[in-house]
Amino acid sequence: MSKLSDIELQVMWNRLIAVVEEQAQVLLRTAFSPIVREAGDLSAGVFDREGNMLAQAVTGTPGHVNSMAESVRHFVKAFPVDTMKPGDIYITNDPWMGTGHLNDFVLTTPAFHRGKLVGLFSCTSHLMDIGGIGFGPDGTDVFMEGLYIPLLKLADRGKLNETLMAMIRANTRLPIDTEGDVYSLAACNDVGCERLSEMMEEFGLKDLDVLSRHIMSRSKAAVLEAVAALPQGKWSNTMTVDGYDEPVTLSCTVEVTRKGIHVDFTGTGPASKRGINVPLAYTTAYTVFGLACIVGKDIPNNAGSLAPLTVSAPENSIVNALKPKPVASRHIIGQMLPDVVFGALRQAIPDRVPAEGTSCLWNLNVRGQTEDAGLGNYGFTMAVTSNGGTGARPMKDGLSATAYPSGVKGTPVEIAESITPLIFWRKEFREDSGGAGRTRGGLGQVIEVGSRIGKPFDLLAAYDRIDHPPRGRDGGRDGAAGAVALKSGKKLKGKGFQLIPPDDRLVVMTPGGAGIGDPAKRDRAALERDLAEGLVSSKGAKAYGG
Amino acid sequence: MVHPRAGLTDRTDLSMAKSAAKPSTKAASSPKAKSGITRLATDIGGTFTDIVLEQGDRRFTTKVLTTPHAPEEAVVDGTRIVLKEAGIGFADLDVFVHGTTLATNAVIERKGARTALIATDGFRDVIEIADEGRYDQYDIFIDKPRQLVPRQLRFTVPERIDVMGKVWVELDEAAVVRLAKELKKQKVDAVAVAFIHSYANGKHEERVREILAREVPEIAVTLSCEVCPEMREYERTSTAVANAYVQPLMAGYLGRLKARFAAEGYGKPIHLMTSGGSLATLETAARFPIRLVESGPAGGAILAAHIAAERGEDKVLSFDMGGTTAKICLIHDATPYKARTFEVDRQSRFMKGSGLPVRIPVIEMVEIGAGGGSIARVDTLKRITVGPDSAASVPGPACYGRGGELPTVTDADVAIGKIEPARFAGGAIKLYPEKSDAALDASVGKPLSLSTAMAAHGVAEIVDENMANAARVHSVERGVVVSDHTMVAFGGAAPLHAARLAEKLGIARIVVPADAGVGSAVGFLRAPAAYELVHSRFMRLDRFDLKEANRLLSGMSAEASALARAAAGNRKLTETRTAFMRYAGQGHEIAVALPIRALTDKDMAKMRDSFEAGYRQLFARHIPGAAIEILSWSLLVTTDTARPPMLAKPKSKTGPKPIGTRPVFDAKAGKTLKVPMYDRLAMAPGARIAGPAIVVEAGTSTFVTATFDAEIDGGLGLVLTARKAGKSAAKAEPASKKGK
Repeated sequence: MSKLSDIELQVMWNRLIAVVEEQAQVLLRTAFSPIVREAGDLSAGVFDREGNMLAQAVTGTPGHVNSMAESVRHFVKAFPVDTMKPGDIYITNDPWMGTGHLNDFVLTTPAFHRGKLVGLFSCTSHLMDIGGIGFGPDGTDVFMEGLYIPLLKLADRGKLNETLMAMIRANTRLPIDTEGDVYSLAACNDVGCERLSEMMEEFGLKDLDVLSRHIMSRSKAAVLEAVAALPQGKWSNTMTVDGYDEPVTLSCTVEVTRKGIHVDFTGTGPASKRGINVPLAYTTAYTVFGLACIVGKDIPNNAGSLAPLTVSAPENSIVNALKPKPVASRHIIGQMLPDVVFGALRQAIPDRVPAEGTSCLWNLNVRGQTEDAGLGNYGFTMAVTSNGGTGARPMKDGLSATAYPSGVKGTPVEIAESITPLIFWRKEFREDSGGAGRTRGGLGQVIEVGSRIGKPFDLLAAYDRIDHPPRGRDGGRDGAAGAVALKSGKKLKGKGFQLIPPDDRLVVMTPGGAGIGDPAKRDRAALERDLAEGLVSSKGAKAYGG
Repeated sequence: MVHPRAGLTDRTDLSMAKSAAKPSTKAASSPKAKSGITRLATDIGGTFTDIVLEQGDRRFTTKVLTTPHAPEEAVVDGTRIVLKEAGIGFADLDVFVHGTTLATNAVIERKGARTALIATDGFRDVIEIADEGRYDQYDIFIDKPRQLVPRQLRFTVPERIDVMGKVWVELDEAAVVRLAKELKKQKVDAVAVAFIHSYANGKHEERVREILAREVPEIAVTLSCEVCPEMREYERTSTAVANAYVQPLMAGYLGRLKARFAAEGYGKPIHLMTSGGSLATLETAARFPIRLVESGPAGGAILAAHIAAERGEDKVLSFDMGGTTAKICLIHDATPYKARTFEVDRQSRFMKGSGLPVRIPVIEMVEIGAGGGSIARVDTLKRITVGPDSAASVPGPACYGRGGELPTVTDADVAIGKIEPARFAGGAIKLYPEKSDAALDASVGKPLSLSTAMAAHGVAEIVDENMANAARVHSVERGVVVSDHTMVAFGGAAPLHAARLAEKLGIARIVVPADAGVGSAVGFLRAPAAYELVHSRFMRLDRFDLKEANRLLSGMSAEASALARAAAGNRKLTETRTAFMRYAGQGHEIAVALPIRALTDKDMAKMRDSFEAGYRQLFARHIPGAAIEILSWSLLVTTDTARPPMLAKPKSKTGPKPIGTRPVFDAKAGKTLKVPMYDRLAMAPGARIAGPAIVVEAGTSTFVTATFDAEIDGGLGLVLTARKAGKSAAKAEPASKKGK
């Protein structure tokens, strides 16, 4: 095989994407962690020998994907590819080498073809518990947040590192699930490696060099072409969110040039004392994801397409926190970043950018005793994933109770009740929560939950947009602020550990997305429909005038 | 493109329009036996209604235009035509099997009943909250699926049952009575009742039905615990809603059909083809019409299974490519793979998650937007893309000369030379090859600086690769190695692409059956009478409740047997029991076969072993010592489908003389070759030819690539066999082997 034609390269590229999609499906089907199997909090991808990402599965969530892309480079630096052997597996949950918090395990497996290392498969998923104080923002340094696994070998030429596995089992409240998830991650990389080798056999490839160059250069050129169609210039935006104990300022400057788009977070507030800080890799992941939604939505994600989109942030700001800052709930801030960037971009391209939305996940991170012990885990720990409304879009309403920017789906109530001793009493749209506008924000939801076994349970709250709701634009109104309370009336904090008494219920009201444009200009038929459907009450309709 | 399957699958395919306006009839090849039972199958598609009559060894087929205002008209008219041809009447029919796309179309076109939902207090929005996901990660402008029940018709009543089936809040019956009045006021025709955890305890849903039957007997009621007694409230509610939505329409239609046939003198039962590939009685179908969606493609898969069985093929990949989509299905031991969920009306280009989920037994298929009419373009990365949108019937491929200016797969096939324009669709449609060239040049050739021929080759290559990828991902998800399968190719466009697709998948054998134009309806006549139930009941293997499991299974057995018996007459029924198992804590299950008797303590260890073996096969490694649980149970009662006798192998002989040659562009050689063309009807059993070749027939053409030989077998199937490397018997001018 001397020279591959464009068509052949395209076919192989498609195949590579199919291979990683299959890898992700295996992970989805074998995962134990409910946030992975029910909600899709995972990612999977293939990399060249230098650690450049060639393809990633569409299944998965952006925070993982783009940060995992960086993490393979760290593996390759720590373990030169020439030293890697078939059957080796590498692991880490280092927030600064991996995907931003200890709950995410990243596994990387070298892929061999005819005895030669041709690439690497990597995957990551969110494990429900990794010890420490648990999946909440209360830690004051990363060491409180759980077991910290540096870049290590999980398996050496097929032999599992039993010492490490024993350490993992001993350091989590869910040893059964956690061990199962490690197997699941390993299996999905295995499947990827097998499929890659089959593909190379079929096409008579000895290495991925030509294909890798093709993918990178094509993708990069496509992103640059899309960027070139944007107006050039510099735009800034600032958005304030709740933070842990004081408001957090998120500021960015977006600069569009012929070379790409650069986002700088100078002006953003300092790192927090608590676990809502974001390592730079995760900041980059969500920032670039936001950009990609605008300029490259049809371009497959890889090192080439990511290259023209760059990010910088001052050290020890909240979006570039350094070790040992606590980072467990880094998603609260990280998932706000597309909104911050959109605020700048909308000055340049108002018709392609949505209004502010809920943006961060509104999970019910709960923990407590089970009815009976003895299943091998210590009580239950569960993230019942849920979402608020997204911001209105130019020409379209926002989406109600929908994940954005994360790709983390909601957890079915019946599944949550089969895993936890909880009973949900309500999960439905929250009337009037969508910000009024010519186009309306998506609605949030109301969730009400209590114990089924007469025992208290812990809430590890990690919510935002309670004091700072999504802001409307061009005359559109703000989305409804989120709220957390007990059914009996007591307000709860948006962040941190709180106990839900056995005879009370937790009530969570997720935020609504903000509106765009003067509500008085909203299409009257659309308003009538909202009224008929009860999405807007007659009181709420006053915002629309007329 | 071409016609044949104008059934549900090829709603947009126009190519037979001219010939079908006048019904055509033809008798199958062997008119010898007149004895045997007389069986009628009809398949209502969006454009055509296909009719097949089998009387012993004789087969009569016709296509008539579907009559949307009263679909039974076309069924009766078409039936008259084939009956006349056979010289018999309605009263002489022994069996009538019917399939229809009406339920699917009612959903897609939102023409179903005015439907309400009754849910548990606090859960009004289950169907709209759905999974809270976005089916396209990077597209911020997606639309969510349109709801079948608007929010003002989604009601709730106080009641609550927990995951173990325990009642926490009794049903507020007074509230149901009040609600009945509201439903009447709102002029609701159908109601779905879907309470949380009703699969574990259906008492409250049943009580609601009793009250509604008393208060508003005119409203049709669907219970989620009956139509889909499975865990996960969104999928169960969505299934119940979809069933309720199509139920009045389907019950009405089926009633009229029955009356019309009775008036014509047909007194026997009418059976309906279901998405699961089995037959149900008309009465069962009227209760659970949602089980009729995708009955057309299911018929195609059943036909492929039959074709496979006749030839002793144990592992088959069926490949059905029409005008708009390609469908790929795995068939092992003459049984198509089954799935438990399906999406109707995908909002966005076949994307997973963009449709309305219905959880019913279905023949598992992967369907992608790759048909003869699929449109080719060049994207921002200078990559050729094909589909998923189709030129459909209006304007159609550029070569139809009906105003289409965008190049399609059919245009690429014409430009490459695989299609003989003069014989396209039996000459019924005039083709303009120059329009294909122009469209390909403008949309693909120019932007990529490729010649017309290379552009056409690129389009064909990409659509074939898309299908190959879909087949690969689909088979690997099921732990199946696709290269040791035989492909059965049908649908108008499939024979043109089958050989190249097989090359990509490493498949060495392809069967292109005779008479594939009415494939689905023929398949209906091969389907077993059966009923399948799936029930969620959570249980751990290490603390197994034998009594409860046996109670559940015997109850399911009684229910499924009664429904299957109604459709089976006095034929023998066989039962299959399956447990869907997983490691405790996982979200996806593996099917494990259970014995057909009460379970005993000894069965636990066997179930663990079977589960772990299955797990290893799928996912490379199992997890030592992890606890195992059962989420759902399924029970199938079916008539035995006796394997058809194996076809005799005819003696190979040299094929007929070519009827001419076609210039076909060969990308590897970089030039155009002269490829011989054969008339399929002139090829007797045993007739053998070498590729490259084109075998033409009225409905389609089979393109035999240079790596295959082709032979007509004892069942008039055209069988393509990969030639061993080096043994080229090609009659075409040898291609210069430049290599890559």
